[in-house]
Amino acid sequence: MSGQTFVDQLKQNFGDKITGANLENIDPWIEVSPEGILEVCTHLRDEPSLAFDYLNGVTAVDYLHTDEKKAAKADWEPHIEIVYHLFSMQHKHSLVLKVLLPRWRDDQEKTLPEIDSVAGIWTTADWHEREVYDLFGIHFTGHPNLKRVLCPEDWVGHPLRKDYEMPLEYHGIRGR
Amino acid sequence: MSTTVDDPRVIEFDVRTDEMLINMGPQHPSTHGVLRLVLRTDGEIVSEVTPHIGYLHRSAEKIGENLTPRQWIPYTDRMDYLAGMNMNLGWALTVEKLLKYEPPERGRHLRVIIAELGRIASHLVAMGTYGLDLGTFSPFLYAFREREKILDLFEEVCGARLTYSYLTVGGATADLPTGWLDTCEKFLDQLLPIIQEYHVLLTTNAVFVKRTAGIGIMSPEMAIDYGTSGPVLRGSGVDHDLRRDGEEIYTAMYEGYAFEVIAEKNGHYPNDHDYPSIPQEAVLGDCWHRFYVRMLEVMQSIDLVRQGIDRYRTTSGSYGEPMKLTQKLPKGEVYLETEAPRGQMGFYLVSDGSAIPWRARARSSCFSNLWITSALCTGCLIADVPAVVGSLDIVMGEIDR
Repeated sequence: MSGQTFVDQLKQNFGDKITGANLENIDPWIEVSPEGILEVCTHLRDEPSLAFDYLNGVTAVDYLHTDEKKAAKADWEPHIEIVYHLFSMQHKHSLVLKVLLPRWRDDQEKTLPEIDSVAGIWTTADWHEREVYDLFGIHFTGHPNLKRVLCPEDWVGHPLRKDYEMPLEYHGIRGR
Repeated sequence: MSTTVDDPRVIEFDVRTDEMLINMGPQHPSTHGVLRLVLRTDGEIVSEVTPHIGYLHRSAEKIGENLTPRQWIPYTDRMDYLAGMNMNLGWALTVEKLLKYEPPERGRHLRVIIAELGRIASHLVAMGTYGLDLGTFSPFLYAFREREKILDLFEEVCGARLTYSYLTVGGATADLPTGWLDTCEKFLDQLLPIIQEYHVLLTTNAVFVKRTAGIGIMSPEMAIDYGTSGPVLRGSGVDHDLRRDGEEIYTAMYEGYAFEVIAEKNGHYPNDHDYPSIPQEAVLGDCWHRFYVRMLEVMQSIDLVRQGIDRYRTTSGSYGEPMKLTQKLPKGEVYLETEAPRGQMGFYLVSDGSAIPWRARARSSCFSNLWITSALCTGCLIADVPAVVGSLDIVMGEIDR
């Protein structure tokens, strides 16, 4: 199935919940709106001709320049991308899904952006989403156990965000 | 978990005692590093297992955002420190995918030889430590004796015994030394009969079979849903190996090599005629099968290394040229998974056009494999917890990154 027909098909099914696609990249990706992620993922898993039964991983990328000069030159607004890598054991094909989220919900500092959890569709997403929550500060609604997984539970901040600053002290241990 | 009436353990199920929380690790020897399991137990029965990880978190991904791809290679070594070569290869191929670079043929064969030797070394540790988990010490010593010889070979190649940084973006840092192939072949000849000894020591050992067969059963659907990979996935009978089913840039390495994916079909594994047959107690997807898949993969890797040596000898030309340390990367993003000994190791690289990646991510295979412990251990005996965790063959360095 060629990239464009596939995107057109998805657009027919889900309308404006498919917000865009990049088919020129080495691994082409499809952008889904945060509201549509559950619906689209369920379809991708259950449709026999697609059968994406294997989730390789969920991760995120933070787009923010901490340097003002660089920020002025950037061709994007600051945002966070959630990336889903899917694979089908039956058809041996793969797909990349992306969801674009604001860095903070309603532009209020320290309020985590929200997205529906896909842990109900692929169980493996449970830990992967916990990792994204831990390192990027994304709140996954409907997640069964959204706790930090790599950092200690009382850790402050989300280390993989570009504007993260190392704490100077943690329980009497000197940082930096 | 299946229990029959004549199973002596069944008596235990009737005894009701107070619930107790048991903390296993993070320094428990059978947890393979700093893994902490909190067990909720009722007598000998475990009703809930919660893995706690992160004790070895070293922010490798954050560091990757501040180094060029070649500078990050040593960090990949330290993720899965038992299979450094395979980790180097995974990251190198990911960057090569972004650069659209194809290593020369000789370089590809060199990589097959090294990667498969790495797989043998890693599976030997898996086998030895699994014996330790189950309370037998000698297989561990035997396994380490053979692994030591592979480390010697690796040392000759790159000077390091654990953190190699040998395979790199563009090829390898050096060619194989003269005479190395002969030493390697001699070692392989020696290893073959020894594997048969291991089968006697563990695979067919009555105690070993009792401890592993029918324990921690994972159905193929469950294995896929939980995102497991590698021998854990194939131990459940799922016919999937990235060396055959992966992306072209990775499968091109194995082009022309004869091998079959080690997965059970109709009660048999491919080419298992010389090896012990599956014991009656074993159920597909249990600890025994996961162990057996690894053992067969060792045999397969020996064969692959031999094929690689023949090809390497007959091809001339360069083994590749390492990419410049500060070469700029093209804008774009790639994701690539390779078949590391413990499963599918994925690397995700986002580049904004500078020499340093915007994001470097490692998708750990053990991270997904470990997550299934809580499901597998629910309802089993405390003594079976190490048996299940050991059969997943996890390395904490890779999980915590």
